[in-house]
Amino acid sequence: MTTNAPRFWRCIPQRYNLKGTHCKSCNEFFFPPRNICPNCRRVADIEEYKFKGLGTVITHTTIYTATEDFARQTPYNLAIIQLDEGPRVTGQMVSCSEVKIGMRVKPVFRILGKEGDKGIIYYGTKFAPVEEAGSHSENIDKEII
Amino acid sequence: MRSVSIIGVGCTKFGERWDSSLRDLVAEAGVLAIEDAGIVGEQIDALFVGNMSGGRFVEQEHIGALIADCAGLSRRHIPSTRVEAACASGGLALRQSVLAVASGYHDIVIAAGVEKMTDVSAGTAADALAAAADREWECFLGATFPALYAMMARLHMRRYGTTHDQMAMVAVKNHHHACMNPIAQYHAEITIEDVDRSPMVADPLHVLDCSPISDGAAAAVLVPTEMARGFVDAPIRIIGSSQGSDTLALHDRRDLTTLDATVIAARSAFRQADIEPKQVDLAEVHDCFTIGEILAIEDLGFVDKGQGGRAVEDGMTVLDGELPINTSGGLKACGHPVGATGIKQAHEVVLQLRGEAGKRQIDDCEIGLTHNVGGSGGTAIVHILKR
Repeated sequence: MTTNAPRFWRCIPQRYNLKGTHCKSCNEFFFPPRNICPNCRRVADIEEYKFKGLGTVITHTTIYTATEDFARQTPYNLAIIQLDEGPRVTGQMVSCSEVKIGMRVKPVFRILGKEGDKGIIYYGTKFAPVEEAGSHSENIDKEII
Repeated sequence: MRSVSIIGVGCTKFGERWDSSLRDLVAEAGVLAIEDAGIVGEQIDALFVGNMSGGRFVEQEHIGALIADCAGLSRRHIPSTRVEAACASGGLALRQSVLAVASGYHDIVIAAGVEKMTDVSAGTAADALAAAADREWECFLGATFPALYAMMARLHMRRYGTTHDQMAMVAVKNHHHACMNPIAQYHAEITIEDVDRSPMVADPLHVLDCSPISDGAAAAVLVPTEMARGFVDAPIRIIGSSQGSDTLALHDRRDLTTLDATVIAARSAFRQADIEPKQVDLAEVHDCFTIGEILAIEDLGFVDKGQGGRAVEDGMTVLDGELPINTSGGLKACGHPVGATGIKQAHEVVLQLRGEAGKRQIDDCEIGLTHNVGGSGGTAIVHILKR
């Protein structure tokens, strides 16, 4: 992840937390934040919103061949997660040997990458499985499919 | 709006062209196309060139001026424009050329596409290609290009019962077709077992589910249809040209197993052409990964959503099938120099419609379609060509 420090720095609120936006006109939630609502555009009423963080795995893969920045981490699991408020995000899955569609997950704060041994360390969000009381992952699974 | 026809096409051999530079490749394809059209350089009014990432692959931008220069047209000072839509850059160059001729702004326009990808390491090439995805919200988090298609494949398998064998059959078929195409990167038959045994890239996609890194260029000569017969006996009319866009990031799409950009572009192109999908005799579709071809034949309307894998298994898409797909060998086996691919697709369809496709010629074809995708579906471009 070379020479990306400014791009990372300016997004730290979203990298370190799931902070996005919510359009009060159409009630859609956005992560990363959008300041132009694709439904309402000019008549949107946008507010900041911090996501609760819980979500469900929609689909996933295990990456064996990565770009240079991630080559040392292979194999690793990547998933698309639907947050409970609606928006979907892409993120790495940790703390589980097997990822499954429908799995309930929560965000965890992790190192995303480093600029070599002496360079900047990039932190951000990955996802880990969560056990919920009366887990309804079976039902969620049916909704997705 | 004027009707537009293709009067000449040219395409270099695709593959690891270590002997040729980006400028050599584009000049080679351009000369082939203008010789095929029987025109001379003085007649060309404008150039459009599709190129995804000269900046990353050969550290060269300003490709528009470069190609006019290396085509020997610098002293004519004609407009020459580079266009970019990731892997759909070639299709976009074709579409911009169609618009330029249809509008009446220009009469004789060259649509070209070029990519020189093997001057950098495979890792650098993979990272350059990853720029077609959302760098900040996909790539920074570890996504690769194959990983995005792998996640589409995983959900398609889960929802519709598509199997990895069905995906492998796409690769097997396209390698078979490529064996009959002299410009193809690979002339080697493969089996489903070969695909299964090849190393995993992003589960469930193996190396042999993926299109390769390639060098190559292609070009086409476009004129108003009313002028076309003054140049050649068998011009090919472009009866539909359409383009759709969608979110850059896969995760933001309405449906992860549908490319809405393709659906919209296809619908609009079919409406312009005033035909139904079942009237198409052959199609070159965007099989950057084997699942891509399955999604394409669904989203273009050739089969119902979810039936793509089964259609491949049933043999619908083979050379003598009901609807031959990717007779060139597709991106998978003909090769995928990203900027060139959209023009190469038109090159293949033109050869087929003229009856000049050699051993891979299909019988009695009248209408062909090309489908070029940028990124994981942020852009889709569809053209319909008619003899």
